[in-house]
Order: sequence, then structure tokens, then C-alpha cells
Amino acid sequence: MQNSILWFILLIPSLSAIFLLMLPESNKKVIRNFAFITSLIPFILTLFVWFGYNQELGGYQYQTNVPWFEAINSSFHFGVDGISLPMVLLTTLLTPLAILASYGIEEKIKAYMALFLFLETGVLGVFISLDLLVFFLFWEIGLIPMYFLINQWGGAKRDYASLKFILFTMGGSLGLLLSIQLIGVTVNSFDLIKIGEIWPQLNQSTLQSAIPLHLSLESVKAIAFWAFVVAFAVKVPIWPFHTWLPDAHTEAPTAGSMILAGVLLKLGAYGFIRLVLPLFPVEAQQFSGILAGLATAAIIFGALSAFAQKDLKKLVAYSSINHMGFVILGIAAIASSYQAGNAAISESATIALNGSILQMFNHGLSAAGLFFLVGVIYDRTHTRQLEDLGGLWAILPVYGSIFIFTSMASLGLPGLNGFVSEFLVVRGAWHIFPLATALSMIGLFATGVYVLKAIGLLLQGPRNNRWLQLKEINKREVWVIAPLMVLMLVIGIWPAWILEMINNAVKLFF
Amino acid sequence: MNYEILTWLIPLPPLAAFFLIVFFTNKSNKLSHSLAIIAAGLSWAVSMLVFIWAIGPHGVHERIISSSINWLPTADNFLKIGIQVDALSTISLFFVSWTVLMIFVYSVGYHNFGYPKGDHDLPGLPPHGSTKVNAVGKAISTLSVEPMYSRFFALISLFAFAKFVLVVSNNLLTLYIGWEIMGLCSYLLIGFWYAKPSAKAAGIKAFLTTRIGDVFMLLGLASLYTITGSLQYDVIFSPQVLNQLVNSISPVFGLTWASLIGLLIIIGVIGKSAQFPLHVWLPDAMEGPTPVSAMIHAAIMVSAGIYLAARFFPIISAGWEGGIALTPVMLVMAIIGSLTALFAATIAITQTEIKRVLAYSTISQLGYMIAAIGIGAYTAAVFHLVMHAFFKALLFLGAGSVIHGMEHGIHHSGEHIDPQDMFNMGGLRKKMPRTFITFLAGGLALSGFPLITAGFWSKDEILAGAFNGGYIVVFAVLALSALLTAFYTMRQLTLIFFGKPRSEAAKHAQETPWTMTLPLGILAIFAIAAGWAGIPEGFPVIGGKIPNWFGNFLGIMVPSGEHAAEHHSLVPLITSLVVSLGGLTLGYIAYRAFKKDQKDPMEWSLGGFYKVLVNMYYIDEFYDWAFIRPSKWIAEKVVYLWMDLRIIDGFLHAIANFSVWIGNLLRKKFDTPIINSGGDALAASTRKAGSEMRVMQSGRVQDYMILAIAFLLVGGLFIVFILL
Repeated sequence: MQNSILWFILLIPSLSAIFLLMLPESNKKVIRNFAFITSLIPFILTLFVWFGYNQELGGYQYQTNVPWFEAINSSFHFGVDGISLPMVLLTTLLTPLAILASYGIEEKIKAYMALFLFLETGVLGVFISLDLLVFFLFWEIGLIPMYFLINQWGGAKRDYASLKFILFTMGGSLGLLLSIQLIGVTVNSFDLIKIGEIWPQLNQSTLQSAIPLHLSLESVKAIAFWAFVVAFAVKVPIWPFHTWLPDAHTEAPTAGSMILAGVLLKLGAYGFIRLVLPLFPVEAQQFSGILAGLATAAIIFGALSAFAQKDLKKLVAYSSINHMGFVILGIAAIASSYQAGNAAISESATIALNGSILQMFNHGLSAAGLFFLVGVIYDRTHTRQLEDLGGLWAILPVYGSIFIFTSMASLGLPGLNGFVSEFLVVRGAWHIFPLATALSMIGLFATGVYVLKAIGLLLQGPRNNRWLQLKEINKREVWVIAPLMVLMLVIGIWPAWILEMINNAVKLFF
Repeated sequence: MNYEILTWLIPLPPLAAFFLIVFFTNKSNKLSHSLAIIAAGLSWAVSMLVFIWAIGPHGVHERIISSSINWLPTADNFLKIGIQVDALSTISLFFVSWTVLMIFVYSVGYHNFGYPKGDHDLPGLPPHGSTKVNAVGKAISTLSVEPMYSRFFALISLFAFAKFVLVVSNNLLTLYIGWEIMGLCSYLLIGFWYAKPSAKAAGIKAFLTTRIGDVFMLLGLASLYTITGSLQYDVIFSPQVLNQLVNSISPVFGLTWASLIGLLIIIGVIGKSAQFPLHVWLPDAMEGPTPVSAMIHAAIMVSAGIYLAARFFPIISAGWEGGIALTPVMLVMAIIGSLTALFAATIAITQTEIKRVLAYSTISQLGYMIAAIGIGAYTAAVFHLVMHAFFKALLFLGAGSVIHGMEHGIHHSGEHIDPQDMFNMGGLRKKMPRTFITFLAGGLALSGFPLITAGFWSKDEILAGAFNGGYIVVFAVLALSALLTAFYTMRQLTLIFFGKPRSEAAKHAQETPWTMTLPLGILAIFAIAAGWAGIPEGFPVIGGKIPNWFGNFLGIMVPSGEHAAEHHSLVPLITSLVVSLGGLTLGYIAYRAFKKDQKDPMEWSLGGFYKVLVNMYYIDEFYDWAFIRPSKWIAEKVVYLWMDLRIIDGFLHAIANFSVWIGNLLRKKFDTPIINSGGDALAASTRKAGSEMRVMQSGRVQDYMILAIAFLLVGGLFIVFILL
């Protein structure tokens, strides 16, 4: 079935960016509104896809396939299922909000907005492509705009941060390209569905001719597996590949951090789920224990590092490491249970992965929200140092309450979204990795510690007369955060609408 | 009437009130408190309907209400959530809805509704009072309304919602949700005056201390869910599941799964119900406004822990067949409960702040309940829970009324004294007669004054359960605590209400408005009379004359019977009479003639130990030294500075520096000398050759001619001699 709606979702941001570049720089209002309104179109189209997706049927839908490099059998093959659709929704939702959050940007606004829109195309391409080479293409496309966003509109240490970001990620993805080539040459196709059918069942004898460099199949698989893992681990980031994150997040402009934390981190985890687990089940199972250990390390150390921060934005940045640790823990759980043959274990693994995917979505909401709120304060005070702030609740009651709500979602308070996904991950992983899960409870506790520290140092305490003139959060800013808050509450109270989508896909996928 | 739908509706009005206040009425104090009270009243009314049905002939003894809906899709199943009304939830619903409503009404007066805005009041700080000009034109100082009045009612509405959710849940998941939302509310309410550093710290402490318990509890939930595939009470407490849990061994210390899950859940209970060693948050929680203290300490928050323990009794006691051989979980509970009861009571006798005494007394009474569940005295524990909720809410609200009266006096006298310090009070019975009578009722109930008070019946039942079950150590410890309880209660009553005023403020204290004293009166009736619903059959003389309604009603929760022996000994009864009356008398004698600036009699009678008790056994200091500082140090120095910045980033920077070094090396040793210089050399030599050859390009025809002939000659000779 050919259905071009995904093409529209994918390309409208880029087309709009190109058109934007032709507008006169002087009229900032038009540029902003144009960027915002055109970024809403993919969101609306995504809603159509969401409601049009047939959950009974499952699998990849809205597929479209246009040849690209016929000589090497690579094509623009797009499609969405219950795993990628939530990510697409997250991306198309967060981009307009990020653009709306950037209305305060004054310099080089045309380039800024255009980069955001190009970025959206890059990210969406990763989520919807069903062709490895195209996947890689978009993977790299997503990288460049973010580099410039940090480098041009970032904070004081932006050069260091942007360089670290791009080198780290590019370094990770070198191996990715190599192993994609290896797989492509071996299978003689880059089509993900085809590879998914052929690749895991390959055996040495039938294929020797196709394998380059006279490698054995085991070594090809091992090389490819590790290359994939490193590329995605850097992106998630998995401890200890995480140190680019606090710098990049802290130095990026507010909207950049929103997208970086909200969407870009999900690319790594998505890569694990979409590529590593189905293509390398055996290797993934073999190393799942290590993965669970690293996830636990991320959960605990991320939380402790967040607690140690004096810079509010850095604190929020470290909280991402902590939260993404739960995503990885769930992925490790399902990796470990490959062909377990035990219904109870399989059920736990499915629950864990459901939790992981929902956690990706939830973290997208709460991290983007928190970064935005940090930005709101920074715009007004020009400081992010917690010791300079404090006592703001008395001055900004509405902002304070919004901040507490959002940070409670991030903390995993039951009734809000974070709890549902963390509960599912813990429930599933406890059955498979009891020790890692028990240890990660330390991180869960420490999450509470740093969140309360942030609230305490930012909002509570005696009224700080230095900030008496601060303006309350304005209407536009409320419009940025309100959709996120509504989703946090809705998912917390009634998660079934999104979880059903995820659950059906996960059941089919594994 | 459809009681299922009614039960679903119980929690909703306070939630609606919360949202309405937050979004619409936050500017209007009057609308906000009206909404909150109407919502609490609706929940109360529906709860009462359900209660009346439940205790009736066709009530929960005939069928338990239970209804569920699918909530979370999990692989091929659904995790269900829903509501349930059985005997335990009926009882809880009764006392929760009453105390909640009373506290809501009381809060109106407590937050000085009707008084003007304060002159210098700021949001985040308690109101300081305002000046108003009276009829004769003289400026007088008066109380002022709470600056965040609406927010307070929004938060307590949310709190009430969470508690109702917890009570009507039929599964552990929604119970946990209610449990945690209460945690959030207690954090926000204890730290309500967030601009006060002590209140802020107390809120954080409460949230984090209980969260320690909660993460263990989450693991307990996960285990239970993994093993049984459900979190519904009717599934997890069914005989087959219990049997399975008792007979399977968990990976931890060779405990059975029943014990491990029980322990994990009980750690949560210890946090929530402020038992040793996680009790430290509760005394500090006194920083909140007094209605909050009442809610947290009596009706809502801490009772949630006991409620859960009671709910979990089937798992806690799984495998127990009566008698001394307790299950590991029960043993832990018996030890922790009785220890905490005694330990908190010893601290309470030295405290001078009116609410702190009550806080420690709460910890101590909760210890009673935990110990009672630990020794299998299920009904006694729940009975005490209900009675305690009434008389402790009464005492806290009474204390708030006393403080309020004292603040009035301070505004009048202009003194700079602490309105909460009992040593500044004295003789208030004449100034605040309604508060006095009701506080007295609560105090007597707490100390277990024989026959007429509720506390006597419930405490007596616990002591009897301990003695008759053969747990003599538990019995002795609890009896000693009861003696201390009676003593510090009388100490408190005497210091506040008897004797002569010890400050100007106490002389000018004033009775509080009806919105405060009416709830006190209603709660006082419960504090006295509620106990008569549970007079055991075996009690001498009057036993059996009034039916033991409570015991019969709740008895169905433990179908196998409680294994507890009937009243066959007078020892516990005599003990409770002696300790209660003895403690009260001692307290009165020691403090009846207490004067201003006199030393606390405890100080000379306890000697060096006094200091330990006043400082609460230095537990806060110990925790700070042993846990808080080291974790801060680890987080900052080890994890962040050392691991992230030094090791990981250091490694990265080393790689970067190495690459730069290699680059430089290549440039200096290869690029520059070989490629660069090589290229240059080639160019230079070409040019040199060119310039040297230039001499040949003279432009004269003769020179070219010579050259041409020379080439021909050489070429010809070369061809002839060499090639041919």
C-alpha cells in the first residue's frame, strides 16, 4: 500500500525551512509565525496517522517505498508501527512547542528557525525509515542542525559543548556506517524488513561468497553488533558515554535543550529497539547483563550527579541520564529473555519493554518541560546558579506551581506519567534482573532528592527581594508548557490509550 | 441504590474542588473554602450512605462491593483497578470522612478567615497580624488572614482525595497512587510556609524519609505482581495465592516469598507510619499549620500505614497458626512496634512544645498498632487506629486552638514569646473553657482513662491480646509505655490548663471562634463514646451487656479467626487501670504547682538522661553524620567531580589531546619537512634548472644553429653506435 502521508510529515518542515530562508530577515514576526504554523502541519498529520492506524492489524502501516540507489538496493522505505508512532508524535508535538518557546530569540532568527525545521526532518526520518541506509542518512542529518544550534545560539561554553557533542556522536556513528555496509553487502539489501527476515537466520555456508573480506559470519555479526551498540549507546547516552550530554544540554539554547532531551536522546534507545534487538538477538542476550549493569549505573550515578549540581540546567541535564537508565533497563530485560520459552518471563519482558517505550515518551514530555521552565527563569534572571535564585515562589506563584507539577512528573509521582512507565519497567525488570532493579531503587530514591533540592533552592526559602521585579510566566510560555502538562496528567491517569498502541506493537515485534 | 457507583464517586468531590480552586477561585477566599467544605461534605455524605448500607443486615456481611476496570494493557492481560467496600474499608471510610470534614471546617477559623490582610504578611510565611483602628480611633493589633488561604484549601482537598482513593481501592496499585499523592501533599503542606527555612527542611525531610519506605514498597508490589499476575486484593489474598507464597522460597536470605513481600511492604508502612528508624520526619512535620498536623498525624497520612498493614494481614500472617511462633514479618512488627511505642513515649515526657509532645505521642501510639498487628491482635489494632484517629485529631485541633488563643494574647500583650511553648501557658481552662473540656476528653482518651474513654477500650484490648497470647515482653513494654503516656498527657494538660498563667499572653488568651470549637466538640463525643462500640464480651461486669459490635463487624476480615484467646485473665485489665490512673496522678502531682522560670521537674529527676531525651536520642544528628553528609560527599566529590569530570572527561580530553599531539607531530615531522619542503624543493630546483638553462635561450640564430648541429651529431652518433 502506498501512502504518501509520511512523506508529507517528513518533508513539510524542510520545505517550510527553505521557504523561510527566502523571506526577508527584517520581519521577525512573520518568520516566527510562519515557522510555528508550518510546524503544526506535521503534528496534525501525525494525529491523522495516529487515529488512522489500525491497531487490530498491527505491524508497519502507511508504508511507502521509492527507490533511491537502485544499484545497491536502497530505497526510501517508510512506515510506522506502534513503537515508532509515539516517537513521531513526540517529535511533531515538541517541535512546534520548541519554536513557540524560541520567540524570544532575536539574532539570526531565520537561520535559527530553519535549522529547527531541518532538524525535525532529520529526526522524523530516523523514526520512520525502514531502510538501513536511509536510517543512517537521517541519523546524520539530525546531527548537523543541532551542532549549529548549540554553536551559534548557545551559552558561554558553547564551542566546547558543540564540539564535544558532534565529535562524540560522529565518533559513535562511524562504526554504524561501516556495519550498515557490512549488513547491506551481506544481505544484498538495505531494506529493514527484508534484513529482519534474513539476517538473524543467516548461516555461514550459504553466504560466504557475499561476505566481504573473507570474514566469518560470526565476526561480521560481532562487529556489526558492537558498532550498533556503541553508536546508540552514545546517543542515549548510556553510562559511561554520557559526558557530552550535560555540556550540550547546558549550553544549548532553551529550545535546543528541549529537542535534544525530548527527542534526540530517544534516537539511541529507538535504535536499540528497532535494530539491535531484532537483528542481533543472540548477541544482545549474551550481553544483556552488562547492559542492565550500565543502566543501573546510569540510574544511580545520574541521580547522584544531578544532586551534586549547582547549576539548575545541568541538574536537569543529569536527570535525563537517570531517566534514560530506566529505558535501557527495560531494553536489557527483553534482550535477556530472548527465546526464554517461559511464558511468565516473556510477559515480564514485554511489560518491561512497554515501560521503556512509554518512558521514552514520558521523558520527552517532562525533560522538555523542565528545560523550558529553566529557560523561562534564565530569560528573566540571566543566571542558572541555584545559589543566586531562591524564594521565587512568593514572586512567581503560577510559575512555581507549574514547575512543581512538571518536576513531580519527572520524579515519577503516581498519578502523573512518569510513574506508569517506571512502574512497568521495574515490574518487568524485577523478574529478570532482580539485583539491578533493587539497586536502581537507590537511583529512584535519589531522584526524589535532587528534584526536591531543585524545588527547594529555586522556589522555596525567604522571598528574595533581588528578584522582586521578575515578571510572571506569560501567556505564550503557558501555551508552551500547557500541552505537556495535560499529556503528563492524562497519561498518568489513563495510560491505556498510548500503552495499547505500544503493547500491540511489542507483542508482534518480539 | 447502586452502592458501587456511589463508592466510585466518594473520592471525586475533593479532586474537583482542588481543580476548581486552582483554576478558578484562587482569588476568593470565601469561594475556595466553601468549595472545599462542600466537597468534603459531599464525600462525607456519600461515605455515610455507604457506611449505613455496609453495617446493615444486607451490608458487607452479605456481600463485599467490588468493581474493576481495565487500566494498563500488559502483554495479553490487563492490570485492573477498582473499588471495594469490605469491613475494613467501611470502618476506615467512617473515621476518615468524619475527621476530614471536621478538619476542613476547623481550618476556616484557624486561618483567620474574616480578619483583614496583614500589614507585612508575605506568601510563604505565617500571618503576623495587622493593625486596625477601632471605634475610638485607637490602633489595635489583631490577627490577620493567611496570605495563601485558597492554596491551603486546594491542597487539603487533594490530600483528602488521595486518602479516599486509598481507602476505597480494591488493589495495591491505586492504593499506592493515593499513598504517594498523600506524600506529595504532606510535603507541600508541611512546607506550606515555605519561606521559613525550618518548614522547608521539614517538608523535604518528610517526603524523602517516607520515600525510602516507598521504594521498598514498590519492589514489594513488583514481586507480588510478578508472582500472582495481579494486584487485586481478592486475588492476592486468596487462599491459593497465600499458599503459593508461603511455600515458595525467595532469593533473599532464604525467606519465603510471603515473608519477603511482607517485609518490603512493612518497610513502606514503617516510613509512612513513622516507626523507628524512619520516624524522624514526623516531629519536624509540626512546622506545618495545625490542621495539617491533625490530618497528617491522626486521620490521614500515618493511619494509611496502619491501614495497609491491616490490609496485608493475610500475607503478613500467612503460615502463622496462632501462638508464640510468629512469622518473621510479624516478629519484626512486634519488635519495632513495641520498641517505638516505648522509645517515643520517653521522648514525649521531656518536650515543651505543645505539638511536639503530641507528635511523639502519635509515634508511640502507632507503635502500639504495629505491635498489635505483629502479635496477631488484628481487631484490637484496627480498633485502636479508629479511636486514635478521633482523639488525636481532637488533641491536635485542640492544640491549634490553644496556640490560636495564645496568639491572641500575644497580640494583646505585645510579648515576644513562643505561643507553642507550654511553659508559657497555664491556667487556660478559665480563658478557653470549650477548648479545655474537649482537650481534656482527648487527653483522657489518649491516656486510657478507664471505662468512659475510647482510648481505654482500645488500648486495653491490645494489652489483653499481648498478655493472653503469651507475648509477655511485648505486654510489659507496652504497659510501661502506657504509664508514660498517661504521665506526659497529664503533664501537658496541667501545664496548659491548670495552675496560674505563666505569661501575660496566657492571661489574655481568648476562646476561638465556633468554626474551631464545633469540630472539637464533635470529635470529643467520638473520643469518649466511640469506644463503647467495642467492649469485649469477656470484660468483667459490663462485658456482653453492650454487644461488641466492632469486634463482630471486623471479625469477618480474618476468616480463620484471630487465634487470640478470650479474656481469661484480669492481669491486663488491672495493669491498664494502674498505669493509666497512676500516670495521670503522677503527672498532676509533678506539675500542678509549676511556676514561671522553674526548672522542668524532669530535668532533676532524670539527671543526665534528660539531655539525651530532650535531644531525641540524637538520632537526627546521627543520621546526618552517618548518611546525609556521606551521600552528599559521594554525590559531589566522587560521582560528579571524580568519576565524571576527572576520569571520563579526563580520558576524553586525553584522547583529544593525543590526537592534537599526533596532528602536530605529523605536521612538524612529516608535513613540514617532507611534503612541504619536498614540494618547495621541487619547485626551487625546477626554477634553478630553468634559470641555469636560460643562458641557452640567447635569441641568436647562430647559437641555435650550433645547438641543433650538436644535437644532430650526438643523436646520430648515439643511434649509430649504441642502438644499431
